[in-house]
Amino acid sequence: MTTEVRIDAKKNCRGVGCPMNLVHAKVGLAALEPGQVLEIILDHGPPVNNVPASVEQEGHTVLDRRRLDDGSWSVLVRKAAGMRPHRPPRT
Amino acid sequence: MTPFSQQQLERYSRHILLQDVGVEGQIRLCGARVLIVGAGGLGAPAALYLAAAGVGTVGIVDNDHVDISNLQRQIIHFTKDIGVAKVESAAEKMQAINPGIRVRTHPAFLCADNIREIIRDYDFVIDGADNFPTKFLVNDACVMEGIPFSHGGILRFDGQTMTIVPGKSACYRCTFRTPPPADAVPTCSQAGVLGAIAGMLGTIQAAEALKFITGAGELLTNALLTFDARTMHFRRIPLRPQDDCPVCGAAPTITALEDMEQSACSLT
Repeated sequence: MTTEVRIDAKKNCRGVGCPMNLVHAKVGLAALEPGQVLEIILDHGPPVNNVPASVEQEGHTVLDRRRLDDGSWSVLVRKAAGMRPHRPPRT
Repeated sequence: MTPFSQQQLERYSRHILLQDVGVEGQIRLCGARVLIVGAGGLGAPAALYLAAAGVGTVGIVDNDHVDISNLQRQIIHFTKDIGVAKVESAAEKMQAINPGIRVRTHPAFLCADNIREIIRDYDFVIDGADNFPTKFLVNDACVMEGIPFSHGGILRFDGQTMTIVPGKSACYRCTFRTPPPADAVPTCSQAGVLGAIAGMLGTIQAAEALKFITGAGELLTNALLTFDARTMHFRRIPLRPQDDCPVCGAAPTITALEDMEQSACSLT
């Protein structure tokens, strides 16, 4: 299934602990359009246990998670449609 | 791809992690301009938190110098700062916390002649003034300029605050028409104030500024929040914009700013 998903951007969070890996994931997602897909590489253990659940909690969809040869994980996240719009400050 | 350096991502990570703030909210904070009126009890914690939050430009207006009697609650000023202009003392601490922000110092006493010009450069105003004439002046000027602001006041163990978005919510004058008679409220230096309540209230004001800028949550508009720290009871009193308000009502009678005569109290 994963081969059919077009990946629009990547974040390599190998060696990046919690919660900075989630910060990087959010930075990656913020740069995408709704519906686009971010691949995040996460370490085994707490990172792969925590980050996918956190991005899902924010409304994004985890499409796939796959163990890589080096033991880390590739997680594909589709950016949610209709992210909460921000009220612009008065300028 | 991101406007933030690795160091900024780490500095602001706890904001970015918040769903209601996120990367976009932090970008807004870094581009925002907030003016703090008074580098005293309320302005001190507000200035520290806004600087820490990375608010791009923080202005601070105060014409006073640090006095030893300020240090019990004005936590941005240190013992070594006695005699220093409050805006300079405050700016030094804000830049020490966050060298990435711009601090604009306005060593002036706000009056009818200068307030509109000063506040015009800002997105949000925090009123931490220590006297009623200035509080009314800030309200009237912000309503006329359409600039949202947070009103705040403390005395003894009591605090009160409300957020005003001109044209959308009740203003200070909708609620309190005119300053109280000069003798009705004891001057702050006679009545005293529990130091920590300055932090309680000024920090609420800082949170309102951050919420306004990021769009997170709901502002404390159309409501007056009061607390009594003796019992730690908080009350939220609902308010409505008043059609006959002299400054924001249907037929305003206050259309130009005027200085009011009243001695400033020396404590807040």
